[in-house]
Amino acid sequence: MNMYEIVFYFFAFVTVASAAVVVFSRNIVYSAFSLLFTFFGVAGIYVLLNADFLAITQLLIYVGGILVLLLFGVMLTTNTVNIDIKSGSMNVIPAVSVVAVLAGLLGGVFWTSDWFVSKQMGDLPVQTTSKEIGNALITTHVLPFEVASVILLIAIVGAAMMARREGLKSQNPSSK
Amino acid sequence: MIPELNIALAILLLPLVSFVLLIFFGKRFMEKSGLVGTTFLGIDLLLAIYIFFSKLAVETRWDFTFTWIDFHTVVNNVPLKIDIGIMVDNLTAVMLVVVTLISFLVHLFSIAYMKDDVRYSRYYANLGIFTFSMLGIVLTNNYLLMYVFWELVGLSSYLLIGHWYEKKSASDAAKKAFVVNRVGDLGFFIGIMIVWMQFSTLTFDGIFSAIGHGNIPFGSNTWLTAAGLLIFCGAVGKSAQFPLHVWLPDAMEGPTPVSALIHAATMVAAGVYLVARTFPMLTADALMVIAYTGAITAFVAASIAIVQNDIKKILAYSTVSQLGYMVMGLGVGAYTAGVMHLVTHAAFKAGLFLASGSVIYAMHHALHHLNDHHTDAQDVRFMGGLKSKMPVTFWTMTIFTLAISGVPLTSGFLSKDEILAGTLAYSHFTGHSLIPIIGFLVAGLTAFYMFRMLILTFMGEHHDKHRLDHIHESPRVMTIPLMVLAALSFFVFFSFNPISASQGWFFQKMTYPTVAVPEAIASTPTVEFIEEIHHQHTMAMVLSVAVSGIGILLAFVTYFWKKISADAFERALKPVHTFLYRKWFFDELYDATAVAATLGTARLLAWFDGTIIDGVVNGAGWLTKLVSVFSGKFDSYVVDGAVNFTAYFAGLLGLSVRKVQTGKVQTYMIFAIIGFMVLLALYI
Amino acid sequence: MTITLTHFLIISAVLFSFGIYAVLTRRNAIMVLMGLELILNSANINFLAFSRFGGMNIEGQMAAIFVIILAAAEAAVALAIVLNIYKRFNTVNVDEISLLKD
Repeated sequence: MNMYEIVFYFFAFVTVASAAVVVFSRNIVYSAFSLLFTFFGVAGIYVLLNADFLAITQLLIYVGGILVLLLFGVMLTTNTVNIDIKSGSMNVIPAVSVVAVLAGLLGGVFWTSDWFVSKQMGDLPVQTTSKEIGNALITTHVLPFEVASVILLIAIVGAAMMARREGLKSQNPSSK
Repeated sequence: MIPELNIALAILLLPLVSFVLLIFFGKRFMEKSGLVGTTFLGIDLLLAIYIFFSKLAVETRWDFTFTWIDFHTVVNNVPLKIDIGIMVDNLTAVMLVVVTLISFLVHLFSIAYMKDDVRYSRYYANLGIFTFSMLGIVLTNNYLLMYVFWELVGLSSYLLIGHWYEKKSASDAAKKAFVVNRVGDLGFFIGIMIVWMQFSTLTFDGIFSAIGHGNIPFGSNTWLTAAGLLIFCGAVGKSAQFPLHVWLPDAMEGPTPVSALIHAATMVAAGVYLVARTFPMLTADALMVIAYTGAITAFVAASIAIVQNDIKKILAYSTVSQLGYMVMGLGVGAYTAGVMHLVTHAAFKAGLFLASGSVIYAMHHALHHLNDHHTDAQDVRFMGGLKSKMPVTFWTMTIFTLAISGVPLTSGFLSKDEILAGTLAYSHFTGHSLIPIIGFLVAGLTAFYMFRMLILTFMGEHHDKHRLDHIHESPRVMTIPLMVLAALSFFVFFSFNPISASQGWFFQKMTYPTVAVPEAIASTPTVEFIEEIHHQHTMAMVLSVAVSGIGILLAFVTYFWKKISADAFERALKPVHTFLYRKWFFDELYDATAVAATLGTARLLAWFDGTIIDGVVNGAGWLTKLVSVFSGKFDSYVVDGAVNFTAYFAGLLGLSVRKVQTGKVQTYMIFAIIGFMVLLALYI
Repeated sequence: MTITLTHFLIISAVLFSFGIYAVLTRRNAIMVLMGLELILNSANINFLAFSRFGGMNIEGQMAAIFVIILAAAEAAVALAIVLNIYKRFNTVNVDEISLLKD
């Protein structure tokens, strides 16, 4: 067992374990914090896959942005009067069976597929990918890049729009 | 491109510019329209005179050809492409001056004549497009462009003849001119197609040099004759030759200056010009047909002109007759004489028309003043004694009449003389003695009916003294063109020798074109023919002066001194008079044949349409209705039943299936994932 | 035993299954969103793994970047929707919001 494998299994464990906590925890705040570790573990796996830029981006956006947003959502929507911080489950039995079969099928696909790639990880010189990604973003992928920027803009405007309408609604009780 | 050709292009395009200006901005110019058009034509005339002198000074021909369409294929060893271009040779140079000069004078004359017309600017615009098309005909160097301009002339003459289209007779005349011209143009077009099929070129040079090298359409001399005659068909239509001459007299419904422009100098001359251009490829047979066509036309028209009473009708038939003369001249092979008669005739006939316009103008004003709307302002029987009232018109008209009658010292004498000498030479070589006989007969008839008109119009007594007081000389802008044209009717402009034109510049410059057709089927060789003309010249001169003199004398005896009663003659020869007065019943003949056949066909087609086609259509409609009734029953019972049953079934199904729809997103999601799993399972 | 492509795929499959489970069972809309994030992460792992084992092809990383971008946009819009739902129904429990039923 070399160092790479040790690190891999560590991050794999962190990821899977924290994801399990996210999913099975009754307390939504626990789930949210556990999600932080999942993201962290995934970022570690990214590093193991020589995707340093992606790992940093993962931390920045998921942990710094999305997770914070989710926490805001939790806090804004939790009915503080009823202290209903727990979140129940439903459909448990069909969901469990479905997910079990799904996981089995996915595993089957992974095992049986003959990917057009090498099964082994070749040796690579240690180098950063940010330069290549930067190049690709402004050359071959410039169109999706620009489209993505437009989508982000629309998302921002849309979110702001809905937030504003919400404000208007609260001032106008007759629409309820 | 030679610089002079640029000027030639400018000559061509200036009238078009005038047309565009006047047609689009005519409302703005209004009374100035005439001045605008006249100015443009004035510049045009100056340029044409410049071209005329610089061209006659040099021997070479100016030609500019470029490939318009290149098909990039080779047919009969000739690259298939359409070349077009412009060309100025001596003939073109002379025609340029003739066209622009007459057009300019007509523009000038019309300023006064058309002053109060409701479509004044439109009139000048049409004059512009007409002049443009006519110049196009004489400038082009190929049959294709010539055909295009040919049709443009047809169109613009239609517009000009039908200028007063509120009058039914005017719009009818315009239509008649257009349709009759189409008949001739059809032949012209077929001729062009034969030429194109064989030579793969439409330029005059290319065709003539190909024929000169022994290239005959379909290897047959008959085809060459046919091609020449078919092209001549165009000339028959445009130059109002027998049997398509019927449109020209009717076209007198147009304004009188238009008659001067179209029916004296330009449009009708186009046909003669076409024959002159095509001359090198005409075989002896074709030339014979052309000569006889011209002779018949000349005689028929002259005989009709004797009995007409409308001053413009007389002039119209004299035009047809003179055109027949020109065509006859070309047909017998007297090329230069034919072309020269075209030029001299253009001057004095335009003068005659403008002078008659001046008379009509005066008569019209007098009648208008007297509130007399019944008397025909164009009928010579109501005129007479105008000499003292309209001296300028009278004297200029006298000069024109002398010229057309072929009296010595006039230009008409020179050209007519040469044509008659040519006919004599022709009969000498070929034995067709009918042609010179008709030629001299028509010369006498022409002198007679022209002087009849002159005497009836200007001399004797006006039968209504009161009206005579109201007749005045026309304004200066109308008399100046008359004087210019009268001056041009003298011999000095064509030859310094008053009795023979053959030493004049015209004969020196307007040499015979090189005949391209093979010797076996060509007419008499040019050199011998010219020599023979010289031999016959004196005889022709004496004879022509004699017959003209007899004609003039008869006219004076009958209408001036009244020694012979014209009415008595008319009564004695009633059938002949009626025959001539009704124009040989040509219109009736065509009505009975061509028009009736067309109408009959149209009626047959209408009946076919109304009975058979409509029957089929109505039957189809009835059938459709029947089918639709059945189909309606089928619809309401079978189809609707099926639809209602389907809906009922769907509703039943929905009632049972709706339990699946819980409204909970996650339930839906489960189904979606099950679907996804099925895909995965299929993959494995 | 070295680490092969399958190892990474297994991890992503586990994350995916967890995400699906969260989406299917949790009643709280925020939790559903968290499950969605897990699914997106598992997809990203797949992208990067194939990119790495396919000879370090940069295309996989590009796809992952765009996934992250869209995830950010999705999170923002989804939370705005959740907040609106909360205002409208005074709850964020998806099973109580069943307007689709009728």
